[in-house]
Amino acid sequence: MSDAKIQIKNLYKIFGKNPKTAMEYVKEGVGKDELLEKHNHVLGLKDINLDIPERSIQVVMGLSGSGKSTLIRHINRLIEPTAGSVTIDGDEVLKMNEEDLRSFRRSKTAMVFQRFALLPHKTVLQNTIFGLHIQKIDDETAKKSALRWIDRVGLSGYEDKYPQHLSGGMQQRVGLARALTNDGDILLMDEAFSALDPLIRKDMQDILLELQDELHKTVVFITHDLDEALKIGDRIAILKDGIMDQEGIPAEILLNPQTKYVKDFVEDVNRARVIKAKHIMDQINGQDLNNAMPINQDEFIDRFIDKVIAEKPDSLLIQDKDKNNVGFLSSKKLAEILKR
Amino acid sequence: MDFLTKFPEMPNKEFREMKKGIDASYKDFAREWGDLIDAMFDPLLKMLVFFEKTLVATPWPIFMIVLLGLTYWGSRSIKLVIGTFLAFVFIGYFRMWDETMSTIAIILTSVIMSVAIGLPTGIAMSRSDRTQKIVTPILDIMQTMPPFVYLIPIVMLMGIGKIPGLIAVVIYAIPPLIRLTNLGIREVDQEALEAADAFGATKRQKLFQVQLPLALPTIFAGINQTIMMALAMVIIASMIGVKGLGQPVLQSIYNQYFTKGVLYGLAIVIVAIVFDRVSQSYGQRIQKHRSGKLV
Ligand SMILES: Nc1ncnc2c1ncn2[C@@H]1O[C@H](COP(=O)(O)OP(=O)(O)O)[C@@H](O)[C@H]1O
Ligand SMILES: [Mg+2]
Repeated sequence: MSDAKIQIKNLYKIFGKNPKTAMEYVKEGVGKDELLEKHNHVLGLKDINLDIPERSIQVVMGLSGSGKSTLIRHINRLIEPTAGSVTIDGDEVLKMNEEDLRSFRRSKTAMVFQRFALLPHKTVLQNTIFGLHIQKIDDETAKKSALRWIDRVGLSGYEDKYPQHLSGGMQQRVGLARALTNDGDILLMDEAFSALDPLIRKDMQDILLELQDELHKTVVFITHDLDEALKIGDRIAILKDGIMDQEGIPAEILLNPQTKYVKDFVEDVNRARVIKAKHIMDQINGQDLNNAMPINQDEFIDRFIDKVIAEKPDSLLIQDKDKNNVGFLSSKKLAEILKR
Repeated sequence: MDFLTKFPEMPNKEFREMKKGIDASYKDFAREWGDLIDAMFDPLLKMLVFFEKTLVATPWPIFMIVLLGLTYWGSRSIKLVIGTFLAFVFIGYFRMWDETMSTIAIILTSVIMSVAIGLPTGIAMSRSDRTQKIVTPILDIMQTMPPFVYLIPIVMLMGIGKIPGLIAVVIYAIPPLIRLTNLGIREVDQEALEAADAFGATKRQKLFQVQLPLALPTIFAGINQTIMMALAMVIIASMIGVKGLGQPVLQSIYNQYFTKGVLYGLAIVIVAIVFDRVSQSYGQRIQKHRSGKLV
């Protein structure tokens, strides 16, 4: 067993009357467009394999219709797969009966939705408490927990307002508070910030990262926006037409895009803001370290580039936080990476 | 040539025999089961009589206060309260109070019955496409069939009186409530249901905490229509012995009492307008927080 928190294996999802038959065509190599035109089935996901480590943020990125929502809904089984397996903490989600599935959803997962999905007839507090209310947890305890999270997302004072009196950003704060109040290890966020204005979106991203620093949940975060993916993701998986094109840490994806689709995606990114020294360093192997400029391995390039330009060293000596030498980077290589 | 000018109809004698046969067996059926059916509907009759007696026995100022209170609670509109007050002053002053109370009693009873039957039916319909396929044509028939057609078997079976009247009213008034309950639940936003599922709600919790509350404005539009149709039918049902505002209108038509007819006609219109306004503005008020769409 791998130590992944969430393990997705050979997952297929085909929408239509006869998914099993259609799946055979897909296995033979029929693509999404052809499957729809010739066989009248929609390819949702094809042979997805993904291990999501504990306590990290896994981003799933792709254009609209690429199967992101379909994928994330397999994790809490809002969608039944055509074939494959999803295990969480070693338990096969697809084998759970109705009762087990319900208690799994109640205790382990919580979800945040693109269009918020708040209940308009309930107040902010009632919405936040929804998950606990359903579990019949006593009002006092539930309320205490809900109020704490309402406060954490910055909505104190709005407890008795109805959602429609709040702005989009505030509504999604309620969505986030509702999910956090449920206190599962896994947080599923399907384009949770996509409907928000850029500035508010940035706020929400910051709130999420700040909370994650403290809570260390296993977060699956869907987005169609590369900047958001790079900012939030510890790892990024890229989906196209139901197929996973590439998966890895952000720097890897930027530096080694495996397909044209991914290349197009990453082309215009400011690499200096995403890549850290440790991502591009070489092993120390007899190079001349005498005039090398020491750099912390976790610094982003744009944090130390000014210093490099000013002092023009031939090379950089990459160190960990205890000043141990861990790698080497020539200025030439750095320049090349930034030019590419 | 005879064949072309005269339709080849059933011979007179056989036709008479056939009618006699059907009549006899239906009468046998009615004789056999009539008592049981009456007994079955007895609680309903008791409820109706109770409402009627209570309403008639209630001193008019108390009735007025309660009615105006309800009007205000439902609509939060002072204008509507004043309008309702004037309307009932008109009814009382022109000696139509008791008949109005009878009519309100039967509308109340039939709306309660319609909700009791219609709401679960609508919910069942919303949960299964098969049920929807079966129920929809039945509702279509109920709505296209002229009431007089189904009054016949009801009256044959149960005679003339309050209960057959009530049944006729419910048959006539219930379809919009069933349809709109079904529609309202089916229209509930998919994401809201997904959210409920994602948080581990049971089917029951989903129904009561998400589907019904979000469908409520639509369901309420159905109840409003049901009230209005019940009122229309109560007037027709006066022909089979339902007491209330309909009977004097019927008398006036037979005997050409002009003033009486006009006054009672006006009373019917007034009751209709008051019920419609109040229930509609209540419907709009609940819509404020819980439009079926998500926010
Ligand atoms: N219930 C469904 N029935 C048929 N096709 C569906 C259904 N749900 C999603 N799809 C299709 O599956 C593909 C992936 O959809 P989705 O996962 O929603 O994409 P994304 O979230 O990346 O925009 C799309 O082509 C979509 O049309
Ligand atoms: Mg989506």
